[in-house]
Amino acid sequence: MNIRGKAYIMGAFEHPTRKAPDKSSAQLHAESAKGALADSGLTKEDIDGYFCAGDAPGGAMSMADYMGLRRLRHLDGTDVGGSSYILHVGHAAEAIATGKCSIALITLAGRPLTDAAGSGARGGTFGARPEEAFESPYGGTTHNQYAMCAMRHMHQYGTTSEQLAWIKVAASHHAQHNPNAVLRNVVTVDDVLASPMIATPLHRLDCCVVTDGGGALIVTRPEVAKQLKRPKVKVLGAAEAMKGPFGGYGLDLTVSAAALSGPRAFDEAGVKPADIKYVSIYDSFTITVLMQIEDLGFCVKGHGGRFVADGNLISGTGKLPFNTDGGGLCNNHPSNRGGITKVIEAVRQLRGEAHPRVQVRDCDLALAHGTGGSLGTRHAGATLILERE
Amino acid sequence: MSDARRPPAPHANAETQRFWEAAKEHRLLYGLCAMCRQPHYYPRCICPHCFSDATQWMQACGEGEVYTYSIMHRSATGPYVIAYVTLTEGPRILTNLVDCDPDHIKIGSPVKLIWKDTDGDGTPPLPFFTLT
Repeated sequence: MNIRGKAYIMGAFEHPTRKAPDKSSAQLHAESAKGALADSGLTKEDIDGYFCAGDAPGGAMSMADYMGLRRLRHLDGTDVGGSSYILHVGHAAEAIATGKCSIALITLAGRPLTDAAGSGARGGTFGARPEEAFESPYGGTTHNQYAMCAMRHMHQYGTTSEQLAWIKVAASHHAQHNPNAVLRNVVTVDDVLASPMIATPLHRLDCCVVTDGGGALIVTRPEVAKQLKRPKVKVLGAAEAMKGPFGGYGLDLTVSAAALSGPRAFDEAGVKPADIKYVSIYDSFTITVLMQIEDLGFCVKGHGGRFVADGNLISGTGKLPFNTDGGGLCNNHPSNRGGITKVIEAVRQLRGEAHPRVQVRDCDLALAHGTGGSLGTRHAGATLILERE
Repeated sequence: MSDARRPPAPHANAETQRFWEAAKEHRLLYGLCAMCRQPHYYPRCICPHCFSDATQWMQACGEGEVYTYSIMHRSATGPYVIAYVTLTEGPRILTNLVDCDPDHIKIGSPVKLIWKDTDGDGTPPLPFFTLT
């Protein structure tokens, strides 16, 4: 049994705000949900499945109550950091395929910019962690933990800061066409290298932005999708994986959970990396993108640096157009979690509704992948393969 | 290189009490499984490799080498170095490299264990590493 073709993404909405001092986080969730419902042509009363993660104030129960979701038959509050919402699409497809719900809502929203939670803070929603006393004293942050992955990747494979910088350059080429993007100026490799060092070897421009915001998705069963007026985006395959130090013996920081989730998702979808026309790749940092591209099989392991260089990720000129909304590196990173915007831009591409300057021609097959948690310690990977129908 | 950060005292629990008691004697313990013979860190009562409960507390010799590191510049208390050190006994452990010039650190550099006091009276110290 698999989920291939058993569910469709029929609603997608990205909240336009990037700073929201005048709104609550719950409100941003609800506004995102309204936007996705309007996009799909469905109403709140149609929703019988709800999916959210650690950013949902009070969790699934409080948010379902806040929004008045009275008809829920299925709830899922799985939190795997920023990859949660990509995983949620797969879980929603599973629930739909087994008849547990018909129309699922997924929301993400938060105000890290307004609330000055900043970036890089770990924990919070996760409670008392068993590794706490052995890791927390050492000042591990998102920045320096991902930086350690980059440092090791450079050592092991000869990857350079210039190559990593090309990932930001490509994102900026896309963001110039997105009026909502926080960073709309096209940058050069030299600009990235000249930006302040944050955690060696990562510069400020190797890091994603911090923004408020949100997003939501509607996933439905095929019979519902057929009755709606929007272009149909079929869920072809989905997979998730988790990777941690697992006791530190044999720890390899150059490989992400994408190496596990990617092949499973491709297998379920019945397609190969070479078939994919567009990718949304989680871009908390440039190194995140590079490792995931390798681990998903778009190039040989260790060759990611060469692969991303020279504009190869830029839509229209490169071989693998990525994050055409500008991604987390330039557009937004609501609630410090970029998973949902990865799915939303993939949906836009498959519908042919991306900005004309970045729309991929004949975009019939797309992949979205997210990494949640920390690549440098323990993280989840979620891969989603979508097809235009 | 600033070591002005005085680390907070670690919270011991029933499972890790023994680790922190040994730390007070400046002994670094790791876990070794009597069944699969594989080491792990942080130490647990159930082996994360084979799930046996025959884990043993072993004392590390205190030597190792840098697996990877990063000099953290985005810090209110000055730059510091976070690293994974591969212990001679095998596990890679998250730590800081202290009391040395960050510019001299390389992947593969040999390092040795040093202990730093934490906040409070009679609290266990924390294991750190420095270049040899």
